Amino acid sequence: MLIHPARPTHMPHRTFALFILPSMLAMILFIALPLVSVIIQSFHIEHPQVLVQQETCDPFGCKTETRVDAAAMEQLDAAAPQGQYNGIGTYLNSAHLAVSELGTIWAAAPDLSTGLTQTLNLPFYRALLFTLIYTLVVSPVSLALGLLIALAVNVLPRGVRGGVIYLTLLPMIVPSVIGALTLFWMIDQRGIIGAFLQWVTGDDTLSLKASGALAWATLFVHGVWSNAPFVFIVFFAALQTVPRDTTEAAMVDGASRLERLRLVTMPHLAPIATFLMLILVMDNFRVFESIIGLSATAHASSLSSLIFFALRGDTPLFGSAAATSMLTVICIFVLLLPSLRNAWAGFRTKA
Amino acid sequence: MTDTPRAHRPPGSLVALAAGFITIWLIAAALPFVWTAWGSLKVEGDFFSMVSWKDAFFGPRTTALTGSAFTFQAYRDVWIGQEFWRQALNTAVITVGVTAISLTFGTLGGYALARSTARYAFWILIAALVFRAMPGLTLVSGYLLPFFEWNLWGHQWTTIIVLVALNQPFTLWLLHSFFLSIPRDLDEAALIDGCSRLQAFRLVIMPVMWPGVITAGIFSFLVGYSDFVICAMLLREENQTMVPKIIGFLGTTQQPGQVMYSVAATVSVIVPLLVLVLFSQRRIVGGLVSGAVKG
Repeated sequence: MLIHPARPTHMPHRTFALFILPSMLAMILFIALPLVSVIIQSFHIEHPQVLVQQETCDPFGCKTETRVDAAAMEQLDAAAPQGQYNGIGTYLNSAHLAVSELGTIWAAAPDLSTGLTQTLNLPFYRALLFTLIYTLVVSPVSLALGLLIALAVNVLPRGVRGGVIYLTLLPMIVPSVIGALTLFWMIDQRGIIGAFLQWVTGDDTLSLKASGALAWATLFVHGVWSNAPFVFIVFFAALQTVPRDTTEAAMVDGASRLERLRLVTMPHLAPIATFLMLILVMDNFRVFESIIGLSATAHASSLSSLIFFALRGDTPLFGSAAATSMLTVICIFVLLLPSLRNAWAGFRTKA
Repeated sequence: MTDTPRAHRPPGSLVALAAGFITIWLIAAALPFVWTAWGSLKVEGDFFSMVSWKDAFFGPRTTALTGSAFTFQAYRDVWIGQEFWRQALNTAVITVGVTAISLTFGTLGGYALARSTARYAFWILIAALVFRAMPGLTLVSGYLLPFFEWNLWGHQWTTIIVLVALNQPFTLWLLHSFFLSIPRDLDEAALIDGCSRLQAFRLVIMPVMWPGVITAGIFSFLVGYSDFVICAMLLREENQTMVPKIIGFLGTTQQPGQVMYSVAATVSVIVPLLVLVLFSQRRIVGGLVSGAVKG
């Protein structure tokens, strides 16, 4: 055909640009540029304190005091608010990758487990380990629990479903830190579950807060509790679209309920499960609020909580927070790489 | 469902098993909230009893102190004594701002993404997905220094626009998938009749898009209402919202009775959400499904 039919619904580039502009501008200014700002800050460090010697004399004699010169510091900060250039120094220092500490630990380590234990006492590695374990435990367990709830609700009579969905949504809708607080007040030593456990065991010192392992377990439970509703909702909707014909054909062929679940329902849910897993990994990798809500800062730190406390100190440590942020972004990128490659491959085959 | 063939119906034992499992789950899902609401009507000595776990049920100290087994003392203390209504007003400002701007930006962008057949539309969606993966705190560490320098820190409108931006990826995906479900013929007819793109969008598409817009609005509302990290880091003490303030109460639990401020404030934050879900359950479910699956 020589003459193409007119395609009025194809959006011209100019119109597209105008429509997407506000949204893109917001994302560029407040997501993309801050990432640039993070990169710059991660290569800088706070100005060293300017010290002055001051001699004060009184009737009993003179003494020399060393003081921070506030005026000089202010001048330095005004001239270069980002601090002084530090190269990759912040990345390598003991609060981050701790290269020299690692060298010392592994040179002196008598065996593997001592070396590992000492490595995991370093703040960055401790946070990385917790964040990874949290993500890798909570995501699949939430996926499984959400699926089980969806399968169970699917065999219940229609009349009760509305109420079940309502109550199931609650742990997800309530802000994460608030949900964690309500759990915390129950398991607190003086809370209903904590006190009840003390009464049952007769051990007045029993506390779920006292041990690191229990604190981690509580965080994991909270994670699954608040993630499972989302998984449930999506799987439950997908279960309503399982092709009837295939199910009936399987029944005619004599497939049992379990076989139908395995051979018809599961393959139908598989692509959705992949996408859910991607979302869950993204969300769980930023674990932070539940650590605050459950007062678990003594036993667990995540990459996000390292950033939070670096910024929340008496003087915010912008360089340190930025370096941790960069390392976090790199970790997320590595975690997402397989999914991005899939998206790219899918696009290539479509094009 | 009335014409379901017999063989489709699950056997009784399976239904019983499912009902048992769901009952346990529902207790786990709802009990913490019910329990906190119950406890908010007691005094601290009962809800956090040093003596016996049974006190939280019967409230002996609440009865001794107030003459009744239930008291609204904690609510009076926090809403009036601690002026929690200020935080409620701040939350209202943030929430309304975030919802209005999110929807304006999101509908325009989502419409463009749904109607463009160009390759870059696909890449913008992928970029949005990558942006969605960025933890809020990572970005906050980028904002803080420039915001201090340019005097943008501590203003409500800065917080609003930051929350809008962080929420745009999800809003774009959601609204884009809603717009895809509206037939192109509708725009085409409007364009042929001489409408401009913006007129077609405003006069023809938006009227049939309300369900999608309301759904996206609910999620934007939840972002503004629930946020802890961004508000805690970017707002001052005096324009702080409710959720960070509750954590603030906890920082000073040394004084007796302080923890009950948090308990009463927590219940006050949860109750509006219970009402919201009651009236918009269907839309929330629909939004989660289209945001996650169709998109």
